[in-house]
Amino acid sequence: MSENVYYWQALNRALDADLAADESVIVLGEDVALYGGSYRVTEGLYAKYGEWRLRDTPISEGSFTGLGVGAALVGLRPVVEIMTINFALLAMDAIINMAAKIPFMSGGQFPMPLVVRMPGGVAKQLAAQHSQRLEQMLMNVPGLRIAVPATPQDAYWQLRQAIRSDEPIIILEHESLYFTQGSLDVSLEAPPMHRAQVSRQGNDLTIVTYSRMLDLSLRSAEQLAEKGIGAEVIDLRSLRPLDWETCTASLEKTRRLLVVEEDSRFAGAGAEIVAGLTERCFYYLDAPPQRVAGLEMPTPFNAALEAASIPRVADIVDAAEKLCADSQIKDKG
Amino acid sequence: MEPDVLRKMLRDMLLARAFEERAAGEYTKGNISGFLHLYPGEEAVAVGVLHAAEPADYIVSTYREHVHALVRGLPANVVMAELFGKKTGCSGGMGGSMHLFDRERRFMGGYAIVGETFPVATGIAYAIALRELPEAVICFFGDGAVNQGTFHESLNMAALWKLPVLFVCENNHYQIGTEIHRHSAVAEVYKRAGAYHVPARKIDGMDVLAVHRATQEALAQIRSGNGPQFLEFETYRFRGHSMADPGSYRPKVELQAFENEDPVKVVIAETVTYPSAGEIAIAGPDNIERLKGHLDSNGHLSSRQLDAIRIEVAEVVEAAVRFASESPEPTLADAEAALNCNRHGEVLI
Ligand SMILES: Cc1ncc(C[n+]2csc(CCOP(=O)(O)OP(=O)(O)O)c2C)c(N)n1
Ligand SMILES: [Mg+2]
Repeated sequence: MSENVYYWQALNRALDADLAADESVIVLGEDVALYGGSYRVTEGLYAKYGEWRLRDTPISEGSFTGLGVGAALVGLRPVVEIMTINFALLAMDAIINMAAKIPFMSGGQFPMPLVVRMPGGVAKQLAAQHSQRLEQMLMNVPGLRIAVPATPQDAYWQLRQAIRSDEPIIILEHESLYFTQGSLDVSLEAPPMHRAQVSRQGNDLTIVTYSRMLDLSLRSAEQLAEKGIGAEVIDLRSLRPLDWETCTASLEKTRRLLVVEEDSRFAGAGAEIVAGLTERCFYYLDAPPQRVAGLEMPTPFNAALEAASIPRVADIVDAAEKLCADSQIKDKG
Repeated sequence: MEPDVLRKMLRDMLLARAFEERAAGEYTKGNISGFLHLYPGEEAVAVGVLHAAEPADYIVSTYREHVHALVRGLPANVVMAELFGKKTGCSGGMGGSMHLFDRERRFMGGYAIVGETFPVATGIAYAIALRELPEAVICFFGDGAVNQGTFHESLNMAALWKLPVLFVCENNHYQIGTEIHRHSAVAEVYKRAGAYHVPARKIDGMDVLAVHRATQEALAQIRSGNGPQFLEFETYRFRGHSMADPGSYRPKVELQAFENEDPVKVVIAETVTYPSAGEIAIAGPDNIERLKGHLDSNGHLSSRQLDAIRIEVAEVVEAAVRFASESPEPTLADAEAALNCNRHGEVLI
């Protein structure tokens, strides 16, 4: 049965379900217990499960994430909440050097059922230190998986899948998504966690995107439709691994690729997406793949500059039109 | 204490309170957005500490730093303009509320990742020590920050190399919603400094004179080459953690108890010669004894002088809001210039 919920509520339901189902699931982080989470994700769970299952931590990201690694080694299934990805920079040793390495360098002896949840992205005037998109950094770490749910349904599904997985998984949320709404049906069967999803069908170009940029891409696709351009929109849902198949199948049809990403263009997530798809689809692309990405600068505090520093609907529409115009292709009509 | 110094401290505390309350108002109106961490309740710390500092000393602060900047001498205009994100702001509209900088006044910035102030301050102190200058660094941080690794790592280095840093803990008992006994095994923060043999004291942070005295003594020690010092000031924030936080996790009695010791009211009570019955009532029962003591001694300030300060401060804040509203927005070219400020015209590809 489907209901309309906030993104944070979907995450809350997922945590509740797994805390109830499995006593080895614990939640750690700043203000996750008594306060109920900075974005309400853990609301009500402390009262239900108590302090050993939901632990308010000191501001010690390196060590409470590392504590999660240690607990995971001996069979707990920790869900570490880092308030925002910006603070995860202090936990990179635990995530990259420990969680992603121990199963491998022990010769495959240990499980690492660790989930690190955190929001990234540009919200509203939080300034340079609080507005980072660091997915590219984590994407380059073999041994990690990264899910980027863009809807409440995916937030629910992917968090539950991550908790049940024995691999270390980053759930990269977005500060501007917590209070968006969408339908959630907990009884539906989930697709594999890394499977991309065609969120809108079209024949003229494929927009590959993820996280908050999905919404902008869908809105752009609507405007493009009014101009007679059919955009297919793919929500990647996972950045590592990347679901090449879903993307190549779409590109075989549309022959034009536009990647929309919120992070800075240079060496961003889009660079890998374009490279991987160019390798696979080079011979049937009708035009060079394009990226709409953030500017090459830390996020300015000023509201207008901040808005200009990341993709807007108009930028996407514009790039899509150029991409379709530039390619001297046969009319597919 | 010299009467004019006392009057200046009172004026700064009143400015701090008025500025922050007005910032809250502008946030509610939508003129300020993003995280806004306000300081009411904690004024005695910034004012007491920074009045004891020399212009040649350096200040390193957190995201709750508007008042540190104001007391340091940044004009209210440029601080408010930065909160509005304007080009005329002290960080050119690039940093906002949490990232106030002023190189000229050695205000070395507001840092928003908890625990960053320790190594930055320690590094500045290293440079001072190497150059054998009579300067010091004042490093502000909250009670929640001492559980970050950088705290321990930096205190160790500062102590090891006898660096001129004054570590100033603004202990307001909370790390957002987590009360200190739930985040720290040792809630007497100053005791932790002892682990690194850094001389440390705990001071009533609601008492500006006590704060000032302790800071003077600590800075004197630092300037005589004895290495870092540590002061824990017990204080309280009357508002939530930021404008996004109602602060409702705190017991009402606790808030009331600290409000009775409101450092601004206490200072008024300490300085005004003949307070009215109404003013005594405002200051609250805890302060009446202190007031009585002062009634007998020579006063430093008349009710009329106090009114004049209040009017001056209100005008400064009003002018700051006007300045901020009327200032231009920075452009993308300004942002590029800030990003490339150290390139000195070198042309890359
Ligand atoms: C490394 C890091 N983790 C988490 C946060 C989010 N955060 C901002 S302020 C704060 C609480 C800090 O408390 P305290 O140090 O006592 O300072 P106060 O705000 O009380 O002045 C937290 C957890 C952050 N900014 N940086
Ligand atoms: Mg605090």
